[in-house]
Amino acid sequence: MNTAADTQPTTQAALVIRKLFKAYVAGQPVLKGIDLTFGGTGLTAIIGASGTGKSTLLRCINRLVEPTSGEILLEGEDIVRLGGEQLRAARRRIGMVFQEYNLVERLTVMENLLTGRLGTIGPLDAWLRRFPPADIEHAFALLDTVGLANFANQRADSLSGGQRQRVGIARALMQEPRLLLADEPTSSLDPKTSVEIMELLREQGRANNIPVIVNMHDVELARRFADRVIGMRNGEVAFDGAATALDDGMLRSIYGGEGWLQ
Amino acid sequence: MPEARPEARQWRRFGAGEQLVRFAVYLLLVATVVAAGRSVEIIPEFLYDAPEQMQDLLVRMWPVDFAHYPKGVHAGLMETLQIATLGTLLALVLAVPFGLLAARNLTPLPPVNFFARLVLVASRSVNSLVWALLFVAVFGPGALAGMLAIAFRSIGFLGKLIGEAIEETAKGPVEALTAAGAGTGALIWYAYWPQIRPAFWSIVLLRWDINVRESAVLGLVGAGGIGMALDTALNLFQWERVAMVLVAIFVVVIIAELAVTQVRKRIL
Repeated sequence: MNTAADTQPTTQAALVIRKLFKAYVAGQPVLKGIDLTFGGTGLTAIIGASGTGKSTLLRCINRLVEPTSGEILLEGEDIVRLGGEQLRAARRRIGMVFQEYNLVERLTVMENLLTGRLGTIGPLDAWLRRFPPADIEHAFALLDTVGLANFANQRADSLSGGQRQRVGIARALMQEPRLLLADEPTSSLDPKTSVEIMELLREQGRANNIPVIVNMHDVELARRFADRVIGMRNGEVAFDGAATALDDGMLRSIYGGEGWLQ
Repeated sequence: MPEARPEARQWRRFGAGEQLVRFAVYLLLVATVVAAGRSVEIIPEFLYDAPEQMQDLLVRMWPVDFAHYPKGVHAGLMETLQIATLGTLLALVLAVPFGLLAARNLTPLPPVNFFARLVLVASRSVNSLVWALLFVAVFGPGALAGMLAIAFRSIGFLGKLIGEAIEETAKGPVEALTAAGAGTGALIWYAYWPQIRPAFWSIVLLRWDINVRESAVLGLVGAGGIGMALDTALNLFQWERVAMVLVAIFVVVIIAELAVTQVRKRIL
């Protein structure tokens, strides 16, 4: 699918992935020729069993994992070919939220948010914690948005899981990203908090008019919050369509077996 | 169905090969101790009258010559503390870069890691006293040689432990800040440093504590400090003064220990 979009100039699509291969061990590819196009908005859920390459796919997009071959075009620019300063500039445009939050535990909430701006300031300013006043204002505004207004000076390790993930999302938004990635953002959270986090991700995607791509295990959450669902199996795209088109037959083909379906 | 019962499954902690290796290691250990005991050549006559000799020494040391402290010990003691403190600070400045280069996660270049480790091992493989002899030969006797000896011995200690602390950091925050486009400097300061901070100060204080004790003996080879006073008293058989020096060192070590414990409590 998306062959028409692939051949067109990519001015419209926020992200185009072409023939993406990744093999950690030569000859054993984890991703086997992924072709995907993401428009300017909307929340996409990527589902699939553990070990099918969801996380690798997401990490290839911001080059936390080096793709073996293929193209990843962020607003028309091939990220795979970038290096050094240009790669950092591209990474600034991609926000990322992690399963284990990945906050710097011993820093305060405000400092954690400001780390989202480290790509934009020089090393000396970073060293002296000299952030532009606009960044600090932006950080306070985001803390209001995620409901942590009074937590600016608390250490990150004093927060609960849900609060930490809100800080994680706020940190990603500090980058003013053109694309938001989330790698199983709710897998360590309780069901209620999971819903709140998904709501926040969807809202922020809409508010900032950017696409959001979320890896997730919870099929029900995916159905509820995603505009589009991508099902992965054995390093390939097994399903790609509207969340409403995801029926039990599709789930069987994505996850295999059926005893787990009720 | 007793006849259909499968053979009782056995579980062993070690396989046959592992057991053989373990036996060989134990054997080697015993052989080493026996061989070492032979080569030390303990002379029984000296061993038998050791208690007497010890008693004699202690009697000669009493009473401790406290009057000697202001004129003969105090200046040396202060110099010892200065040698230990400046030596630790100098070592720190030199050790941090090597620690950063030795950490395999921060510097993923095996030849660089190897080079950094080589430098750190070289520093540690030479005892403070030997460093002191070297620097006394180069700079002449005095506190400068002592400070450099302390510093050069400490580089290996601080660099190795700082490098290991860096290697033990969680990679999550590093990944997150990399994803945000942070450069190497920003990564060190925001992702690594907050994680190693308690270990770092703990390591530095421990080394300072060790250096206070080590610099107390550097005077024996002419590298300044209270060891000079000890050397003089020993050479002149002034045992009451030797006792005074030992008491002074003991008190300083106790005070250092108390101070380090207090400071460490605050920073962790």
